[in-house]
Amino acid sequence: MGTLRQVAQRVALSRREFLRAATGAGAGAALFGLAPLRGADLPYGRKTVVVTFGGGARDEETFMPDGQENIPTLLKRLIPQATVFTQVVNRGILGHYVATASLATGVYETFNNFAAVAPENPTVFEYFRRDLKRPASDAWVVAPSNGFNRIGESGHRAYGPSFGAGVILPKRLLGTALSATGEAQYEHLLRDNYETPLYTPQLSGSEIELHQMAELLKLSVEAFTAHARSLASPDELSVYIARQLMRQLAPSLLWVTLHDIDIAHSGTYSLYIDAIQRTDRLCGELWSAIQTHPEYAGKTTLFILPDFGRDSDTDPGGNGFQHHRTGDPLSRTTWMIVMGPGVRENVVVDRAVESTDLVPTIGSMLGFSPRLAQGRPLSEVL
Amino acid sequence: MQPDQLNADQFSGYPPQARQVAVHRLELFRQLPLAFLPLLLRELIAYDWKFPAERSDLDNQLAYLSARSSEQLADAMAPFTKLRLSAELVEVNWVSEPAQFSERLTAHLWATHQIDAFRTAAIDYVHKVNAAAPSMPLPLPRLTIAVIGAGVERNSYPLFRRLRPQGVYFNGIDPQNGWHVLLETIVARAAMHPVPFGHWYIDGGAVATPASPGLACVSYDALQGVRNALVNKMRSVMQPGGGGPEVLRTMLAQMRPEDVGLTGAGEAAVLSRFQVSILTEGSGTQLFSTTFVQWSAREALRRAQPVTLLARFTPRQREQSMKDLLAGIEQAPVPDPAGSLIDADMGAYYTWLNQQRLSGAQQSSFLAWFENHNEALAISPALPRGKTDESALDMRQLLRRLT
Repeated sequence: MGTLRQVAQRVALSRREFLRAATGAGAGAALFGLAPLRGADLPYGRKTVVVTFGGGARDEETFMPDGQENIPTLLKRLIPQATVFTQVVNRGILGHYVATASLATGVYETFNNFAAVAPENPTVFEYFRRDLKRPASDAWVVAPSNGFNRIGESGHRAYGPSFGAGVILPKRLLGTALSATGEAQYEHLLRDNYETPLYTPQLSGSEIELHQMAELLKLSVEAFTAHARSLASPDELSVYIARQLMRQLAPSLLWVTLHDIDIAHSGTYSLYIDAIQRTDRLCGELWSAIQTHPEYAGKTTLFILPDFGRDSDTDPGGNGFQHHRTGDPLSRTTWMIVMGPGVRENVVVDRAVESTDLVPTIGSMLGFSPRLAQGRPLSEVL
Repeated sequence: MQPDQLNADQFSGYPPQARQVAVHRLELFRQLPLAFLPLLLRELIAYDWKFPAERSDLDNQLAYLSARSSEQLADAMAPFTKLRLSAELVEVNWVSEPAQFSERLTAHLWATHQIDAFRTAAIDYVHKVNAAAPSMPLPLPRLTIAVIGAGVERNSYPLFRRLRPQGVYFNGIDPQNGWHVLLETIVARAAMHPVPFGHWYIDGGAVATPASPGLACVSYDALQGVRNALVNKMRSVMQPGGGGPEVLRTMLAQMRPEDVGLTGAGEAAVLSRFQVSILTEGSGTQLFSTTFVQWSAREALRRAQPVTLLARFTPRQREQSMKDLLAGIEQAPVPDPAGSLIDADMGAYYTWLNQQRLSGAQQSSFLAWFENHNEALAISPALPRGKTDESALDMRQLLRRLT
């Protein structure tokens, strides 16, 4: 198998070769391409949307030959317009909440993945709001899982609640809406985490309530539940809410955590594949929303990255795609797509970067200082 | 407590055979590091209900460690000794509750970024132990059969993509009587080569053959009552105020067969423990028959190391979409044959991979068959790799090609 570094390099090379063949992208452009377009000073209209291709997707089902059929939107539509990092290594804990929190803080957080706790280190939302003096309405998180309700703000004394992001948990809101109307059948919908399929934690974060959602998003509870009835999955509901947020509040920093892929924990390969295909499609829908909304078009950087991968088929300590328990190099090595104004198109970056580099990169783009983040800005997209 | 403070009385709560082994190996245990010994005890505490192959592996491991000089042992254990453990871990009653210690150790290793060092140490250790283990001849080459696709009439999914490079893809199989021939085959192997827990039949539906001597049978349908009881217990723990995931893990780790209505003595007790472990340790096994079969086959191969295994995948229940859930109508589970075929195709691949981890892998044979259809994939030392064979064969002829 080799060391994490060796395997990560092999994976990156494999992705690069594939991307080159599939999209014509070239690594050389990263070195010799034109400088990115940028204004003299970034006007404060610049926006950032982060989408976690969440729930843990492997190369076998995405970038490897047999997996390409599952991500047509990424390959044919988004990557040709993007800079792609093929070797994003996550050295932290491979649990979805703690790993996503680590992405949001730029520090490998170490808290219990299943506890409803705030990250210890300041989040990207807090840096953004405090440094740039942005109002609460300018940073939002949409996450499907109740376990993510504390991700908007850290427990750090210098930051914390006054600077956090608003958090919307659409599934939770839907559950509340259905409960209020006396409708049953929402308990299963609230299934929070496929690792512990019956877990529904007590909430105590900054997530908004149903009436707030109706007020903020100009979306009646009836319209919300009616639309939910037409959707196939919680991630579709998350994207619907994200688009409502973009329309009504147009936040400068929007973070969407997708999670359907985590159905893999049930051991059902076909459902895992369905979820990857759906996530691929939803990423395309979000990019379309960005391109068509006047508040976002032409001034938004989109980051798409998995929180981590899943165990390899050959690791005897795991059970292949089902879990992410071994910490093997393949489960730690992922990728990232960056696209938007000033970001070079159709470029592949092979060098190893870390998932904690995301926050410093956003900081450099938007002009805030993530002082406690461990990562470094990714110069290839700045 | 540190391992060097161990004494025999501390094993009084262990089952009889496990206690006997522990007391016999006490001097060895006192020399092992805390990041290692409780993991060994987690295996030992279940010694009385382990399969013969598992006992043999554990005995070999203890013999390997006991045969080291103090210096060699310290050297072998050095990567584990170097791991930094917390004071809280030292305080855990790891002799009586090694599984709980293991859970906490895992969390600690992840949180302190030592999981990779542990993983490297563990892989290296296992390689050394396996290399030193005596080679035991098998009574006959292993044969594993995966039957997939029950209930599917038409299929466009390309089957056996991962397995084709390893063997021959047959597409002229006469399905007539095929299932019956496979059952006959495993029953005959069990009768001719009686080995305790050496021959297995796992079914995602109901068992399709009368009880047969020497054939360990596990089926999803037979465990329906157990599955329901277990899900109800899990649900109560996971509701607000019920204790949460930490309590759930502890509850599952401590669950005994009698807690969910399984009884039996002797070999039946061993099989009952196995079945409980499938439902308590396997994610999704309680809800999806395809996952149940795949995980059961994996665990049977890993633990019992059978020479014969027949695993039949049946349609799992369909996962309800959000739209369906919000329809608000309590629906009986609806089968999903097409999705289950894809699940089972991957399950067959994993089953082959797991067979390849066992001794005698080079002589082993593997057959995957699309039930009631003419497609099959066979892997055997007698067959080439990466080939397609369009010959018209019945199941008996296909089985003969394997040998």
